[in-house]
Amino acid sequence: MVAQNIVFGVLAVAMGLAAIRVVTTKNVVHAALYLVVVLAGVAALYILLAAEFIAVVQVIIYIGAIVLLILFGTMLTRAPIGRASDLDNDQRWLGVVVALLLLGVMGSVLADAFGSTKLPKAPQIQRTGDVGLSIFQTYVVPFEVVSVLLLAALVGAVVIARRD
Amino acid sequence: MLENAWIIPALPVLSFVLILFFGKRLPKGGHEIGVSAVAIAFMLACVCAVQWVQRPADLEVHGPVEEHAAPGPMPHANAVAAFEEKEPGHEPTEGGGQEKEGEHEAEPIRKPVVREVTWFDNGQTRVRAGTHIDGLAVTMMFVVTLISLLVHVFSTSYMHRDRRYTHYFAALSLFTAGMLVMVTANNTLQLLVGWELMGVCSFMLIGHWWEEQNNSNAALKAFFTTRTGDVGLLVGIAVLFFAAGRTFDIAEINAAALGGDLSHGLVLAGAAALLCGVIGKSAQFPLHTWLPDAMAGPTPVSALIHAATMVVAGVYLVARLYGVFWSGFDIGGGGVNAVALVGGTTVLIAAALAFVQSDIKKVLAYSTVSQLGYMVMALGVGAWTAGVFHLVTHAFFKGLLFLGAGSVSHAVHSFDMKKDMGGLREHMPTTYRTFLIGSLALAGVPPLAGFWSKDEILLGASSNGYPIFLVVGLLGAVLTAAYMTRCVYLTFFGDYRGHGDPHESPPAITVPLVVLAGFSVFAGLVNVPGGEWFAEWTENETVLSAGVAHHSFSPIVAVIGSAMGLVGIAAGYAYYWRNLGPHRLTQSSGPARTAYRILEDKYGLDRLYTDGVVSAIKGPIARGAYWFNQRVIDGVVNGVGIAARGLARFVYDTVDQRVIDGAVNGAGMGAEDGGKVLRLMQTGRVQQYALFLFGAVVVLGGTLVLFTTG
Amino acid sequence: MYLNQFLFLAAFLFCVGVYGVLARKNAVLVLMSIELILNAVNINLVAFGLFRESVAGQVFALFVIAVAAAEVGVGLAIVILIYRNRHSIDLTEVDMMKG
Repeated sequence: MVAQNIVFGVLAVAMGLAAIRVVTTKNVVHAALYLVVVLAGVAALYILLAAEFIAVVQVIIYIGAIVLLILFGTMLTRAPIGRASDLDNDQRWLGVVVALLLLGVMGSVLADAFGSTKLPKAPQIQRTGDVGLSIFQTYVVPFEVVSVLLLAALVGAVVIARRD
Repeated sequence: MLENAWIIPALPVLSFVLILFFGKRLPKGGHEIGVSAVAIAFMLACVCAVQWVQRPADLEVHGPVEEHAAPGPMPHANAVAAFEEKEPGHEPTEGGGQEKEGEHEAEPIRKPVVREVTWFDNGQTRVRAGTHIDGLAVTMMFVVTLISLLVHVFSTSYMHRDRRYTHYFAALSLFTAGMLVMVTANNTLQLLVGWELMGVCSFMLIGHWWEEQNNSNAALKAFFTTRTGDVGLLVGIAVLFFAAGRTFDIAEINAAALGGDLSHGLVLAGAAALLCGVIGKSAQFPLHTWLPDAMAGPTPVSALIHAATMVVAGVYLVARLYGVFWSGFDIGGGGVNAVALVGGTTVLIAAALAFVQSDIKKVLAYSTVSQLGYMVMALGVGAWTAGVFHLVTHAFFKGLLFLGAGSVSHAVHSFDMKKDMGGLREHMPTTYRTFLIGSLALAGVPPLAGFWSKDEILLGASSNGYPIFLVVGLLGAVLTAAYMTRCVYLTFFGDYRGHGDPHESPPAITVPLVVLAGFSVFAGLVNVPGGEWFAEWTENETVLSAGVAHHSFSPIVAVIGSAMGLVGIAAGYAYYWRNLGPHRLTQSSGPARTAYRILEDKYGLDRLYTDGVVSAIKGPIARGAYWFNQRVIDGVVNGVGIAARGLARFVYDTVDQRVIDGAVNGAGMGAEDGGKVLRLMQTGRVQQYALFLFGAVVVLGGTLVLFTTG
Repeated sequence: MYLNQFLFLAAFLFCVGVYGVLARKNAVLVLMSIELILNAVNINLVAFGLFRESVAGQVFALFVIAVAAAEVGVGLAIVILIYRNRHSIDLTEVDMMKG
């Protein structure tokens, strides 16, 4: 338990700092790299939460595909690779206020609802096989819908981005 | 080989992939791969056929109580002679299956060879993929690979130096693969895969010369029309999946449908939905309109589509899931059922249309539609063997006719019989002779292939209690013979009306013609009276347990049937050669002109679909909504308005005008001033809107928290 | 371990993402911030899944990942289209959405 808590603490701090750097850094490429740290941290959290399959998927899809896509987007739009002074707009202070207030509201709700709720000590672990069976039995319709969504997104992205 | 029949569909798939990736770099542009793959598949199909014939018939199927007319004893010498053409080398164990011939109530048949693997398994349902090889599948594999091989060979010359030569062969391979996947399938899902594969390939091939708008329109039309029917197939598969207890297995579905445990309504629903798929794919009335337009594709493709693949897929579906159709539509009961009705209507309607076409391929196309109607009608009147047999013989002579038409157009560079053909029999002797054989076979002249199969259909219709369809069949026979006579006359007789110097086609074109002509002559002999080998080989457990009746050969029907064909030919001969009969009828007689115009207009079905169905969706529905809007809603509104006006005058006159006006004006001005302020917020910047959004979330969420917890 | 550990961390990531969406000018950076928000949601799903000993949390986390992939694909296509038309991906300049 202690070890898990230590790991969680380290991860939480790293992810929190990296997340803040994602939204504050002056360099788009650095932001993407900090995003990788956050995403890897999330993957590690999944391991802590005994969801190894989601962790692997997180690494493959997010770090492997999505970040790569974002870097390509950065390159194609010729966003400044070096430092750029004006990456923030003029409502950033209002944004800070709103985000902090939102955190306050959510935090108070969470503290109120799950203040001392502990995760089960020896939870019934959901293995990858169970996840697979569940997807293809109980959730087969949402699964099919998601596949149609991916197809639509694929076609849509091509249609939007092609030159004609 | 029967266990490893999956290799046969796998070969063209492999060839498709290879041609796609390496075809362009090969010296012959990829056709060497396609031709050799299909040739190997054909040889394997022959091996399958031989092994099937040699397989001992040890499965006893008990039909329902009714009596079968037992087939007579087999004269062996005859069998060998008739059979050399089709199944080389089958003689050694001819007698293998006939030992148990004596038992009357149980007919032994060959046990189907099933081999399957688990495709996927989601815990509740295990879907298997596999091959189910029985007589029907073996026959179809043989026919499909043979026609496809000949079409491949023919295409090497016909499509020579085509712009997309390589892609053409790739699509041709995939097309063949689709049909082979379908005929070997042991479950409905696999069947659907093959079915859709053919849909895609037909789209690609019909639109092969897509630079011309007409061709790409025809491809789209074929695709959409068959797709309309495919929805039915999908629904039918789903209905049968649940009806038969969560299984896609065709044998289980047939057994369940025939078992009588299912509710009749459910089976009928499944059969009706499947029939929609059949109507679309096999170009039955009223969805037959795509098939003549599909002539826009290269001619060998038309031959492949019309003879062995695509359109016969629908007929095959009925034959394969016969148990469902049998009990769903109560085929054994006599009277009129939907399958026979669709088929019978198609026979006559399409045959009449064939008379007014001047494009040789369109004549053949309508002829195909009509002959498909025969097959569907045969299955609908309970003559299963006759329907399948006609499918096989038709594949040979229709493939022959299409390839012959291709050979003609190769020489004269046109498809128009009236303008550019005529008198070609001297210029193209081989094409002429083979085309003539095909036409005679199609017209049902004995002893060519078409005679035997058509005779069996007529026999089935007359003996199973469907006299109407006997009449339809006879009428169709007359029409078929007459329009084929017209077609032959316009193409090969009279004076040459085209330009240039037509010449006989190269061997790559004539050899397939000769081969098919041979089959058109001899294929009918595998199911002659006294030697119903075809029935013995193809009929499967489903057919026998349904109790499809067998009838012994009836000379009267045969004589009348062939007489009808001869009447048609004689009428055509008298009209065209001897110039007898009322010529220029369309100029002199009003009704004839009207009839001609209706036929030219294809019964207005095309117009019905584009103007009727498509604009119904925009026209009447919109008008209906407008009417509803005008009459009902406006009426209510007006009524309310008139009532309100009376009340309002009263209120206006009595209630103090100034109070309300003051309040209203005040509100108006308030809104205007407020609007001026709020307008500043509408900057069009999404992030600012997001800021308001999250700000509102904070405010509302915060309020909620304060009021519920505090 | 407390359930709230994870929920608080997720809430923090969510709010950082919200700030990024609100305050960043560069469209690509806004997309990255949206990824932060989606990941926060996923942490919640998986944490609740473990808490309730239900497999649904993981299944829906997978669905969210799939949706996120689609979202990035279409989002970047839109960004590239904007860039092609305006030679800039500054969101403050994209203000046609007003009455």
